[in-house]
Amino acid sequence: MEITVTVNGREVTRDVEPRLLLTHFLRDHLRLTGTHWGCDTTTCGACTVRLDGVPVKSCTVLAVMADGARVDTVEGLAAGMAETDLDPVQQGFVACHGLQCGFCTPGMLMTTRALLDRDPDPSPATIREAISGQICRCTGYENIVRAVRWAAEAEQQAATTTEVAR
Amino acid sequence: MSAGLEGVRPPEEWIRAAVDTPRGYGAMKRKEDARFVRGRGNYVDDVVLPGMLHGAVLRSPLAHARIVAVDTSAAEAHPKVRAVITGEALAGLGLSWMPTLSQDTEAVLATDKVRFQGQEVAFVVADDHYAARDALDLIDVEYEPLDPVVDATRALDEDAPVVRDDQDGRTTNHIFDWSSGDRAATDAVFAQAQARDDERVVTADILYPRVHPAPLETCGAVADMDPVTGKLTLWTTTQAPHAHRTLYAMVAGLPEHKIRVVSPDIGGGFGNKVGIYPGYVCAIVGSILTGAPVKWVEDRSENLMSTSFARDYHMRGEAAVTADGRLRAVRVHVLADHGAFNATAQPTAFPAGFFGVFTGSYDLEAAHCAVTGVYTNKAPGGVAYACSFRITEAVYLVERLVDVVAHDLGMDPAELRMRNLLRSDQFPYRSPTGWEYDSGDYPHTLQVALDKAGYDDLRREQADLRRRREAGEDVPLRGIGLAFFTEAVGAGPRRSMDILGLGMADGAELRVHPTGKAVLRVSCQSQGQGHETTFAQLVAAELGISPDDVDVVHGDTDQTPFGLGTYGSRSTPVSGAATAIVARKVRERARIVAAAMMEANPEDLEWSDGSWQVKGVAGASRTIAEIALAAHSNLELPDGVEGHLDATCVYNPPNLTYPCGAYVCVVDVDPGTGAVTVRRFVAVDDCGVRINPMIVEGQIHGGLADGIGMALMEAIAFDLDGNCLGGSFMDYLVPTALECPSWELGETVTPSPHHPVGAKGVGESATVGSPPAVVNAVIDALAPHGVRHADMPLTPAAVWSAMQGRPLRTDLAIR
Repeated sequence: MEITVTVNGREVTRDVEPRLLLTHFLRDHLRLTGTHWGCDTTTCGACTVRLDGVPVKSCTVLAVMADGARVDTVEGLAAGMAETDLDPVQQGFVACHGLQCGFCTPGMLMTTRALLDRDPDPSPATIREAISGQICRCTGYENIVRAVRWAAEAEQQAATTTEVAR
Repeated sequence: MSAGLEGVRPPEEWIRAAVDTPRGYGAMKRKEDARFVRGRGNYVDDVVLPGMLHGAVLRSPLAHARIVAVDTSAAEAHPKVRAVITGEALAGLGLSWMPTLSQDTEAVLATDKVRFQGQEVAFVVADDHYAARDALDLIDVEYEPLDPVVDATRALDEDAPVVRDDQDGRTTNHIFDWSSGDRAATDAVFAQAQARDDERVVTADILYPRVHPAPLETCGAVADMDPVTGKLTLWTTTQAPHAHRTLYAMVAGLPEHKIRVVSPDIGGGFGNKVGIYPGYVCAIVGSILTGAPVKWVEDRSENLMSTSFARDYHMRGEAAVTADGRLRAVRVHVLADHGAFNATAQPTAFPAGFFGVFTGSYDLEAAHCAVTGVYTNKAPGGVAYACSFRITEAVYLVERLVDVVAHDLGMDPAELRMRNLLRSDQFPYRSPTGWEYDSGDYPHTLQVALDKAGYDDLRREQADLRRRREAGEDVPLRGIGLAFFTEAVGAGPRRSMDILGLGMADGAELRVHPTGKAVLRVSCQSQGQGHETTFAQLVAAELGISPDDVDVVHGDTDQTPFGLGTYGSRSTPVSGAATAIVARKVRERARIVAAAMMEANPEDLEWSDGSWQVKGVAGASRTIAEIALAAHSNLELPDGVEGHLDATCVYNPPNLTYPCGAYVCVVDVDPGTGAVTVRRFVAVDDCGVRINPMIVEGQIHGGLADGIGMALMEAIAFDLDGNCLGGSFMDYLVPTALECPSWELGETVTPSPHHPVGAKGVGESATVGSPPAVVNAVIDALAPHGVRHADMPLTPAAVWSAMQGRPLRTDLAIR
């Protein structure tokens, strides 16, 4: 089947098998290997991407279901390669040691970016709830919670600064 | 600060901590994070080579069966299939069996029998991953089912089926007997305790169930045999790239210089990626047969069902104690379930790993343990999951036993521990089983933890809740659990520790470029521990340069010195020591060059403030960058001094290092459902000097979550047919953010006297120390219900059953 998907703002058209999983479409066909595959059962969340803005686990979404949709992956989070180009959640994960082996990180980043988009000031309990569909075997989660709070505060400060500047 | 930020410690505190840390170490952002947060890590499954094919493994659905016939014709006829490999085909190459890390053999692909559910039977190589999986369905295997050995406690029964009838003359499932300590002296203390009115013997049967490290990245490999040069490049998920290279050379007969093992970014290891798995060997054979690179990456079920599990120790612990709470002796018998092949990864002389450290942190007169290993029809493995070579089991045994003693004597577990802990003036301390603990101040560490937790207040709250419950109020059962652990890490002295004859020393190479930037090459392999940062800091501190100016190379056997890799918390104790020493060698070489530069005598120079200075001469100093340029220049050097600025080191540890820690866990148990909520977790670790405290704390956080997982959720159980009941993340439950509290950490610092920078290693401390703290808390909560012990995992069903006086057997599905 031919599908057209807007991935990280770029429109791509490919002929794919109907059974192809979105995660394999991204990893194998588009070589966007930042999206990881970890469990097959929609449990671990390492494959989380945003489908029309909504975080989904791409190991249980067919690529054909993304036809005509917008898909955002970790590769599209940062504006560029400079440290200052990183999205605040990326900066927060670095600042607060919110990652160790890095395997769950792309999924965590996509989920928590979506969280901050809908709730710019989440409590630690809200953050834990939001990432409860993501497994991390390294960090014990505490520093991920701190990283998301860091990002929330950084974005609020930036918003305040912009407000003052106006 | 916004609402809801309570309990979130700001990162600034790490920066302050960095200033206070000795030697200029401190928290710094990790160098590796820049690629990871951009999705630009390079894991094995991200490796793509031109013309690469894909492999998949056919696995046994049965735990024990004779293979009657394997028909691969339909699979071979699949248009996208390039090769189908069976055990018989491998036998023709002499590769159907391979040696394990415990001097046993393990089937690569089964030939005679399958011996556990999930065992490798055939390997398909196809154009893509989907086609390879399709072809597995086309292979027809005829099995003759056999009775399996599932219950380890029945493995030595006379009528038990023999798992390893491939071994000539074998008539039982017995693997080994191993013991440690002075049996006669221990029995004598127990005889006294039994005879005297003011002493007693306390006994508990304690199971450490089979669990699985389950790193988020599964195991895999990309094998690329160059048919022209005969060089094999193997990208693979290995914690020990050099050991793997040597083993492939020994097993496959490939010349070792024609093997390059590359371990790129590793998505967590925890011991799961120490061994060599059949899939790796199949990928290599697939590449040899097809002449193309072959990628094989297992799925989650394959990872959980077939790769190295951990624990599976059935333990009986006995303590001889005085009525007033003095521990005199401990005696242990262990039945160790090793699965179908004895494939545990541990030093040769230690078939039960370092279980001999079971005397823990206590001042005992005598101790003895006896361990019997058996085969069963379960996946092979045994040493994994951040266990420090079975110290997890040892610490769980003794810490659970001490709590049972406290229960039986009616003593407070904190008071009982404080009474029996080793005192600081006893170090270096030689334990009754022969281990020499290097340093520690255990009562101080425990006191810091008790103070941080507010232990006395916690007990008062608990008493109040119990009174209210008795009065009919609907309040939870509150439990407070302690654990004090002694770890033994950094294996190890090569005179006594080797793996398959390879001594456990590790190398480091350091080169300072002409412009003063340095490259460090090490044999250990990060799986998320942040070696690129910590090891750069180690070099930077020794040479007076910035960690940003040190590149750390690891995980490529063509580019790094030999060493046994990363597991058993050995990176900082062994490779970290090698790094500090190699940097000091470079610094000493720099001294000679600096002396030549300043026309001074090397003896008149002192290392101060990051440069070599002529004593007493203001302004006469040279930094490493200045010296490096001179060392590469036409500067005339003293006779016998070569130019350039580099050095190598092989570090042979004189002893293990012995981190310790005191943990306090507070739980609530819902009396209606048996559900456990962890309210608080206080962890005070002493891992010696902390090079990067941010990374150290991260390591501890992860281990604490492991402890909650093992204590409350995780188990690889089996039904009586040998079906694995933990074969997916929907069955094998690991903790999420909701099961974990906000960790409360503290520290004490007792440097290791023999490590060059006083560091002890920390990677596994929390995984070792936290399970008994959680279990002790749950059992403490259940005390009003008369519960003295219940086995992990303490799921709601297990807790509820224990409250009813019918504890579950958690390793088997028996009703």
